Amino acid sequence: MSEQPKKPAKKKVELDPRFVDYRHVWVCIESERGEVHPVSWELLGEGRKLANALGVELCGVVICGPGERGKSICAEAFHFGADKCYLLQDEVLQDYRNEPYTKALTDLVNGYQPEILMLGATTLGRDLAGSVATTLGTGLVADCTELLIDTETRNLASTRPTFGGSLLCTIMTQRHRPQMATVRPRVMAMPEPDASRRGEIVEVPFSMIETSIITKVLEFIPDDTRDKPNLPFADIIVAGGRGLKNQENFRHVWDLARVLGAEVGASRPVVQAGWAELDRQVGQSGKTVRPKLYIAAGISGAIQHRVGMDGADLIIAINSDPNAPIFDFAHYGLVGNATTILPALTEAFKTHLAQAKKTG
Amino acid sequence: MHSVVCIKQVPDSAQIRVHPVTNTIMRQGVPAIINPYDLFALEEALRLKDQFGGTVTVITMGPPMAEAALRKCLSFGADDAILVSDRAFAGSDTLATSYALTATLRKIMETRPVDLIFTGKQTIDGDTAQVGPGIAKRLDCQLLTYVSRIVDLDVEKREIQVERRAEGGVQLLRTATPCLITMLEGTNEMRFGDLEDLFRAARHDLKVWDRAAAGIDAVEMVGLKGSPTVVSKVFAPKPRSKRAEIIEGSDGDPQGLAVALLSRLFTQHPKLEQEIAKRAV
Repeated sequence: MSEQPKKPAKKKVELDPRFVDYRHVWVCIESERGEVHPVSWELLGEGRKLANALGVELCGVVICGPGERGKSICAEAFHFGADKCYLLQDEVLQDYRNEPYTKALTDLVNGYQPEILMLGATTLGRDLAGSVATTLGTGLVADCTELLIDTETRNLASTRPTFGGSLLCTIMTQRHRPQMATVRPRVMAMPEPDASRRGEIVEVPFSMIETSIITKVLEFIPDDTRDKPNLPFADIIVAGGRGLKNQENFRHVWDLARVLGAEVGASRPVVQAGWAELDRQVGQSGKTVRPKLYIAAGISGAIQHRVGMDGADLIIAINSDPNAPIFDFAHYGLVGNATTILPALTEAFKTHLAQAKKTG
Repeated sequence: MHSVVCIKQVPDSAQIRVHPVTNTIMRQGVPAIINPYDLFALEEALRLKDQFGGTVTVITMGPPMAEAALRKCLSFGADDAILVSDRAFAGSDTLATSYALTATLRKIMETRPVDLIFTGKQTIDGDTAQVGPGIAKRLDCQLLTYVSRIVDLDVEKREIQVERRAEGGVQLLRTATPCLITMLEGTNEMRFGDLEDLFRAARHDLKVWDRAAAGIDAVEMVGLKGSPTVVSKVFAPKPRSKRAEIIEGSDGDPQGLAVALLSRLFTQHPKLEQEIAKRAV
């Protein structure tokens, strides 16, 4: 992926003859310590569309430690749309480590030659994708927000934010295969699983001995998730931005969130100013969310924020600037001062809920 | 003990503006800064130098103006700085960038061995997090991404222990040096250099290496030629098919506005009302 967007390509670039037989769409199913990261299922949903557009198979890649879990992950992948799964299981793959995982995925790609390879933009996915792309010498586009097929060239058109999230750009890997892309969790919708779907499991042997691997995992310390905000899976989010003017006013966001049983989100400037913690940042450099309701108070709606919350079912925007970009994609807009409208909304919801309870 | 920190000069993204009509970036007046994530890498290298002695070299690939970012790093306490700059690098994507930086690192290693290579976890303009892993693979050294803490370093035994941020937890890893570490943000606090450092930075004989000096013979591996990815278009996102329905009311009457919104919301989306009522018990 380009760090500095270049001038648009003018002439058509032909695929390198070495790669003309590369076929099928692959999704790397991320399972750290037996737990599948939900982004893998989201990617299968997106991969299904790409595979259909190309008329090819959708394949999952499951790399994990030995045991029964591997096959059950494959079975689940079929429910989410995969036709086939490559399963690599070995003692040395128990915990994620860059060296054996890079070798496993690189060898698999060289052996079975997919045209597209997608990974989640998680700490694991980004570590692995960057390593595999360099080893293969192919193109990798990080944090894609839209993936489409150019049917004429079979090229993957990957769209992502650029310039720190102020514009979008579409990037293609024209000469090389596989075309690699990462997608952040919650950017793509979770597909509906179909428990009747079955597929083919291809077990691939992996030979690497522990003594040849330099990095050792001494311990895994799980996060304490109690009292931690879980924005990506919240149903209702009230988020505040710079329009709230100061930290003191940010409490209005909390007040409304409390009445609605919502999570609190924040824009990047607000987190940088220290009014809210990093875990609450919504946007390209923070969390991507898909709530049923998103209330944005004093947030202008720059692309870097928009890509993190565009997937919300319903967006209500409060902003004093009637021309703020957020009104281009919100569903309802309130033009006015967020610091006075938020408390009014809190009261209105409170009253409404109390009445509903009485009559209900 | 020799650490090399790879940094990048980036436009301050908080100050980037897009022209409302032409949708082009208005570069004028946007200050260039050191990628903020890189400062955590630099500080960590400086801390190791405090503890174990040795030197810290800072390198960057970029246009001549990136010299300012390197001088800033020198003023924070780095000992040496190399700017890798050549027109041949223009248009490099992350694969080509990691190629050029790896060549530079190899050149450095010819005269002075390197124990640790540091980068930030990603840049704020590209946001890819790909150059660090790229360098590690090309150098065939161990890669430790998203490091939150260096727990232990044994320079003699060439062994390092770190805590690495993983999904759902923290990995405690042990590996061999030389290795490449991408440092997580918020893990330390950048020091301020003193006046002496400032003078030293200003006087420092900063090295500028072109492609040949960096030991890159294969011109097809850098710049546009060495970049498998091609940007086909840059654009602003489309508005939704319909702009937001503006709830009318007067600015002086927020209560009226709130009530109007709720009534509109709950008649249009009755399910949402149930959803909220269910949660707000």
